[in-house]
Parts: sequence; C-alpha cells; structure tokens
Amino acid sequence: MNMRDTQDVVRWRTDFPILESHVHERPLVYLDNAATTQKPYDVIEAEARYYRHDNANVHRGVHTLSQRATEDYEAARGKVQRFINAASPSEIIFLRGTTEAINLVAQSYGRSRLREGDEIVISAMEHHSNIVPWQMLCQQTGVRLKVIPINDAGEIQLDAYQRLLGPRTRLVAVSHVSNALGTVNPVQTMIELAHEIDVPVLLDGAQAIAHVPVDVQALDCDFYAFSGHKIYGPMGIGVLYGKTELLNTMPPYQGGGDMIRSVTFEHTEYNVLPFKFEAGTPNVAGAVGLGAALDYVGNIGMETIMAHEQNVLEHATSLVSSIPGIRLIGTAREKTGILSFVMHEAHAHDVGTILDRQGIAIRSGHHCAMPIMDRYGVPATARASFALYNTRFEAELLAAGLEKVIELFNG
Amino acid sequence: MDDLRDLYQQVIFDHYRKPRNYGPLPHANRQAQGFNPLCGDKVTVYLDVESGAIRDVHFEGSGCAICTASASLMTETLKGRTPDEAEQLMEHFHAMVTGQGTNEGLGKLEVLAGVREFPQRIKCATLAWHTMKAALENAAQPVTTE
Repeated sequence: MNMRDTQDVVRWRTDFPILESHVHERPLVYLDNAATTQKPYDVIEAEARYYRHDNANVHRGVHTLSQRATEDYEAARGKVQRFINAASPSEIIFLRGTTEAINLVAQSYGRSRLREGDEIVISAMEHHSNIVPWQMLCQQTGVRLKVIPINDAGEIQLDAYQRLLGPRTRLVAVSHVSNALGTVNPVQTMIELAHEIDVPVLLDGAQAIAHVPVDVQALDCDFYAFSGHKIYGPMGIGVLYGKTELLNTMPPYQGGGDMIRSVTFEHTEYNVLPFKFEAGTPNVAGAVGLGAALDYVGNIGMETIMAHEQNVLEHATSLVSSIPGIRLIGTAREKTGILSFVMHEAHAHDVGTILDRQGIAIRSGHHCAMPIMDRYGVPATARASFALYNTRFEAELLAAGLEKVIELFNG
Repeated sequence: MDDLRDLYQQVIFDHYRKPRNYGPLPHANRQAQGFNPLCGDKVTVYLDVESGAIRDVHFEGSGCAICTASASLMTETLKGRTPDEAEQLMEHFHAMVTGQGTNEGLGKLEVLAGVREFPQRIKCATLAWHTMKAALENAAQPVTTE
C-alpha cells in the first residue's frame, strides 16, 4: 500500500477474497472493473446462504421454503427500489442484465408504440447493447436511429442533441456513464429537454450504477437499466426500472409462467407489475446476491466511494498521461473511474499481455463500442477501470507496468 | 518477464515496425479478409497464384505486434510454395503456437514459438494464416477467429 492510501480502502479490500490472489506470481491488480466488478464476502455468502437454507421456487407453493424464497426475492426488490429511489417496488423488474432490459424496452415499448418514420435518439458513445436492440427495432418497424455527436473530449454535444429532438422523436436512449470513455453524461438536462416535447428517456446505467448516485425520481427518467455484476453483485441478474404508467401500457416481453393471472386455451390474462415482465422461474439467488451488494455499497455510502474513486482516477490520470507516447481517449470534464488510452509504441493487445504478466488486469479492445473506436480513429484502446477497492498504489503499479511495456518494445 | 522476452523477440518487433510485403498486390488473383472481433485486428491477404504455385503474397491491415509480425513472416515464407504446401505449413505453424507440435522445419517462423505460453494470443498469431487459407479457397465472406 501507499502511505497516502486510506485505512478505509485497506479495510474494504479485505472484504473481497479474490483480491488476495496472485497472477503470474504477482499480487493481483484488478483494473477491469468496467467489465465486471469483484464480489465481497457478503454477496458470495448471501447466495450460498439462500441455496443452503431457503431455496424453493417463488410465488408458488404454500410450503415454508417457497414462502421464504418469495420473501427473500421480494426483499431484494425492495432493496433495489430504495437504492435507486423508485416510487414503488413494482417498478423494479428483475432480468438478466442491462442488455435484456434494453431489449425488453425495444421490443415491448418500441414495437407496440413506434411506427415507420418515427425516430429514436441515441449517442455516439453507446455500448453495442444500446445500439443493436434499436437497430433490430428499426428493421422490424422502419423506425430511424439518430445519433448525437460527441466532441474530442468525449462529451455529448447538447446543442446538436437539441437539434435532433423533433416532432418525429419518440424515445431517447443514452448511457448515464460511458463504459469506453468514462464520461458522465448531462442526463438531467437531456431528460428535461426530451420531456419538454413529451419524449420518454431510457438511461443505460450499466457503468453508472456503482460509481454515481442514482435517484430515478430526481432524474425523472422513464426507464433505467443496470446489471448486478457491475456493482459487486452476481452475474446474470439485472434490473429494468420503468415508470408505472409506462410499464402498465406495455405488452409482455416473454410469455410463460409467473407472468400470467389466468390461462385458458382461448384467453390469457396477464399478471400485474412487475410479474407481467418476469416470465419463468427467476434468478432468485442472483437477486438475493444483488440485494447484499446494494447493502454493502449503501453501508459505505456512494459519496464516500465517489470521492475515493475520483482520487485514484486523478492520480492514475496524472501518472499515465505523463508517460511519453500515451494518448488518453476520453478526457471529459465529468468523468468516473475509467482511463482509456493508446500507446505510440504498442498496440492495446500487447499492452494487455505485458501488464497481465505483471499481475495487472486491464481490458484491451473495442469495449463493445466499435463506433467510438471509429470516432477516435483507433482500432482498440487499453482501458484501466477503477472500483472502490483500488488504491493509489495500484495506479502507480499501472504506470510502472506501462513503463515496462515501453522498455520491452524499445529493447 | 522472461516469457515476455521469448514472446516479443527482436525479430517480432522488426517485422511489426517494418512489415514486409505490405500493401495491396496489383496483380493478385485471390484475396480474403480476416477479422478478430475480440480485439479488432484486421488483415487482408493478397495472393498471386499461377501454374499451381504462389508467385507472390502481400498483406495489409491493423493489428498488434504478434498479429502484424506473424502476417509479415508468413508472406516471406509462402512465396514459391504450392497451395498444398502452404496449407501444410499452416497446420505445422498452428501446431507449434498451440503447443501441440515442434518448431522443427519452420525456419524463421520459429520466432513465434513463444506464443504457446500465451494462449490468449494464439488468435493474433494465426489470423493471417486463416485469412491466407480463405484466400486460397477464394472465400467471399471475411473469415473471423470466432
């Protein structure tokens, strides 16, 4: 540890068992948190405890375990509701992740409401999961995609956004935080502008949920999507928040058990919210694990986490940007813990391999955001992304690791 | 760090910085594109095949050091070989980088033997070869490593 690393982060690190491991005989330096975060004991134990003591199918049996499983599942829903300050737990739909949540809105809301010639506005910095579902909808309905440009720093150009909002706009779908650039988008303003012409807004919160406070009522967003695994929770569980009045008017996304009230061969009556959108046996253990993750984050406090991550990001940015031949990709004024860059000497893929041999895990590639790579004219970037358990010392190890890349490439 | 030195040998850097036979081949009669969707590496291989032999071979694209050096070294070793010989060489090379075969008889391609210690990089080393094979077969669709 570095002298200037706080006792807090030292303590938080002990909550994450994987951080004790070694990679290539070096202590693991995990800087790929934008891809997925590591899990604290609380989450691992909550899932295990559920399977050990409470496992049964939900909303079905009168037996005790089924009742307990149902209570666990609905308690987790309540935790999500409080975490993002939704007005009601029935506005919280458990799904596999952000991707499924956006697909649900595209297919249920989009397909039932949008017509040929209607327009959906997205931004130039979207992850493929907030591009492709809309493109599929375009092919099905003749809807058109409009793309808000970004400037060289990686910021949405609000004046261009305003010009794109028009009489044919039916939906705005933008990321709250960019996974490739780290930009925190001015979503509050963007939502206000869209609402002035009665256009609903979906926020892709995958990269935001663990790094900035999210209050869906204060934002007044119409949909908010995020994945559990990006906020220290399990993989395979995620959330779609939607306003009740919108969700009520939307047709189901998938048919099956749990989403029905009554079925005959002639007619099916659908269940109420949120069950209408939760066909089949849900990922109860995942929901329980997500609930534990939100408790864990809540106990530390988002403001504390933000301040810490900002401190580490600033340290890493200053160290890495002073290395000759490094160009940062994404230099927005409002950023969270993502440091994307390209090196003059080495391709991102080579950087990734050489850092890995030093125990440092970063992502190299297009980050599922190929249009951004095109925007900056690079085939790929190296990306270090930070979480609450990363330290200033690890930022120094990253910089030292990059010096080794240069040393190796310059023979 | 020793296995990194084995992977990134000077010959690799030399071919990465100054790739041989780089750029389109004006009289090519076969060509194919290769793509590694995981990392974004892209390669186009151009072949001039005449009277049952590869008369000339060029490549272009963007990729990491391993991908670029492998493509460059490949172009140097293929000239004059028959398509069958080229495919046999590819299998031999593939066996070497996956740790299932020896370096023996691979000549200058042996510098890529270090890849066997880096399983995540096998696709970088073999992309140009898969693309060359597709070009020989005159594949219309770009090949991918997936």
